[in-house]
Amino acid sequence: MTRKQKRLAIIAGLGAVLVVAAGLIFVALRDQIVFFYSPSEIHEKAIAAGTPIRLGGLVKQGSWKREGETSDFVVTDGATDMSVHYVGLLPDLFREGQGVVIEGSVSPAGTFAATNVLAKHDETYMPREVVDELKKRGEWQREGAAL
Amino acid sequence: MSIELGHFALVLAFAISAISAVTGLVFWKRETIAGYLQQGAVLQLLLVVAAFAALVQAFVTSDFSLKLAAEHANSAQPLIYKITAVWGNHEGSMVLWVLILVIMGAGVAAFGRNLPKDLLSLVLSMQSLLAAAFLGFTLFTSNPFLRLSPAPFEGKDLNPILQDIGLAIHPPLLYTGYVGFSVCFSFAIAALISGRIDAAWARWVRPWTLFSWAFLTLGIAMGSYWAYYELGWGGWWFWDPVENASFMPWLAGTALLHSALVMEKRNALKIWTVFLAIITFSLSLLGTFMVRSGILTSVHTFATDPTRGMVILALLAAFIGGAFSLFAFRASALRAGGLFAPISREGALILNNLFLAAATVAVLVGTLYPLLLEAFTGETISVGAPFFNLTFGAIMAPLLIILPFGPFLAWKRGDLIGVTQRLAGAAGLALFAAVLCFALTGASVSLAPLGLLLGFWVAFGALAELVDRAKFFRTDVVTSFRRLFGLPRTAWATALAHFGLGVSVIGIVAASAWQAELVTTMTAGQVATIAGHEVTFSGIAHEEGPNYASDAGTFQVRAPGGEIRTAVAERRVYVQSRMPTTEASILTYGFSQLYLQLGEPQADGKSVVRLWFKPYVTLIWLGCLLMAGAGFLSLSYRRLRIGAPQPSASRVPAE
Repeated sequence: MTRKQKRLAIIAGLGAVLVVAAGLIFVALRDQIVFFYSPSEIHEKAIAAGTPIRLGGLVKQGSWKREGETSDFVVTDGATDMSVHYVGLLPDLFREGQGVVIEGSVSPAGTFAATNVLAKHDETYMPREVVDELKKRGEWQREGAAL
Repeated sequence: MSIELGHFALVLAFAISAISAVTGLVFWKRETIAGYLQQGAVLQLLLVVAAFAALVQAFVTSDFSLKLAAEHANSAQPLIYKITAVWGNHEGSMVLWVLILVIMGAGVAAFGRNLPKDLLSLVLSMQSLLAAAFLGFTLFTSNPFLRLSPAPFEGKDLNPILQDIGLAIHPPLLYTGYVGFSVCFSFAIAALISGRIDAAWARWVRPWTLFSWAFLTLGIAMGSYWAYYELGWGGWWFWDPVENASFMPWLAGTALLHSALVMEKRNALKIWTVFLAIITFSLSLLGTFMVRSGILTSVHTFATDPTRGMVILALLAAFIGGAFSLFAFRASALRAGGLFAPISREGALILNNLFLAAATVAVLVGTLYPLLLEAFTGETISVGAPFFNLTFGAIMAPLLIILPFGPFLAWKRGDLIGVTQRLAGAAGLALFAAVLCFALTGASVSLAPLGLLLGFWVAFGALAELVDRAKFFRTDVVTSFRRLFGLPRTAWATALAHFGLGVSVIGIVAASAWQAELVTTMTAGQVATIAGHEVTFSGIAHEEGPNYASDAGTFQVRAPGGEIRTAVAERRVYVQSRMPTTEASILTYGFSQLYLQLGEPQADGKSVVRLWFKPYVTLIWLGCLLMAGAGFLSLSYRRLRIGAPQPSASRVPAE
């Protein structure tokens, strides 16, 4: 191979790898991202059952029922309520009246089947999505409590 | 009093670093300036050490007139957590960051006596500029030395999750890795300003790259293990933005480590190496920005102040933007050199760099895409594990396939067929091991066999290089062993690092594919079985710790072999903050672990218990330790040569 051919072979090889990588990232971004919704948005946008999403809001006061390792509670953004069913251990800081982010999907019955309830690290910390959503819905009261 | 002295020391360090940066950048061509800058670097170190010591003293003596101590420490905390509480908060962690930065600066000053004077001056002034910027940021937006009057009687306590030995180890290791790359960055800027770059430059940069890379590897592994046992989610990697923030500099740093090798040995890839040095530290800065600004939702986010985020963003833009502008203007002044065929050691290292760069981009896109999408469309999304597993996995797989070929190929022009023949044994062994694993477990998980095969291939391929170089099976055993121990440490380091990577891959695949999980409600005396382990719940006892109250659940675990061990999983409530935490109990069997976690007690005396069996999970971190160890091994050899930067290519055996 001449110098020019060698260089061309290297550049073509690099280009091919880059194109494949870029395509992969593009496809993954289209298919693998998870949207975040409040209970009202799930209701408004009529999210199809089974689509993996994240649900955010406050755990409604007096709604948390436990039986063994199963928990049922209601997540609210003030306007709409959403019943959540979860099997497993809840994070340490899970409390009624506090903000949560829940991974899962809407079940055919219209309740939310949770696969994971996300924990917080800090008492004063609330997931930013929840804060924004509550502000949007006019439910934000804890002035300066978080963020 | 010492608080004010510490504050004053930090202000003085800021002034000295600013003066060093300006004079250095203006007068770098004068030979005499280097000596002053070296003294300046040492002074900065002494002053920041004094400031840090003042903070530590205030925390240890529970001086709650210091606002920071009052907010993050408590007199009932054990001593170790009083000390670690210094950096368990935003302000203190910035001081730690700056402390490590000036240690690096002083390190360059101490080890750089043999550098050309103008290069040394430029590197030291860049380090001073970074120190000035981050000291200024600390003093003006997050001053750790503010007083409270009147002083409260008791402090608020450190976040219970941080009251762990992990906080003593993880941040200092990680920061040393992050900030260590600042030296590579400064060297890159110095090369661009002076327009002079050669193999000697690469030889000076490589020890710093190795050093930072090894620490970053340890820091990430430690952080991962800490999250694994402390957060109680049973996972060891969450593709969390802050984890990604530390992982991106690691990927870029790994690429830099390999490209600097090409530059040192073959005087090629100069511009790319400079580019990588800038990118690696830029990603470290981006990581600092993401953690410190709270812009991304993450497990590391503490309540933060948005103005700080803006200031860090401005600093980030100034350093990264400035570096890339300089790169754009000056890169053409660097002469390219060193020709090679596509199939050669250089070619393999370029492929390594290409895949690592692509992986970095994939992680970067996944981390920043939610931010960008929200800024432009208002949609809130999260990019989670599925995205990263797909893109990162697909990019890493070919890298792992080609990895064992690299060290076998000759520089300039390699013989692919010959190398394939020499690697046939390793490939056969890997295939045999992977098939054996599947025959024994009888599992049928789709991608796991391939993943396992890749892990074994990388591990055996790494060992094959040592076996081949020692001429095992081609000469008598004694000679082979003599050759093996006579191999240069760098050859051992390469093999060890690659072997470590293979070990980590095996651990990742095994722990993901064969993990068993069980969530159940138990009363005292009840037995649960997971992966052949019989777990008997003995009941819950109330205990008092130094600054917490604990409900400790005791379990008797009977392993398949009959061995009986006791596990204690706790639920703690910290007295001062009233914050509950869980302390998982982890039993280690060989390389596997049984992970027990206690849920909230139920009204009727039952307890929810979560059990995991994670086969070979410790291999993940063990592999990381091997990689970091390989870094230090290589460093111990190179130290001999740092002092003698004369051209030595002819004396050094090809690696």
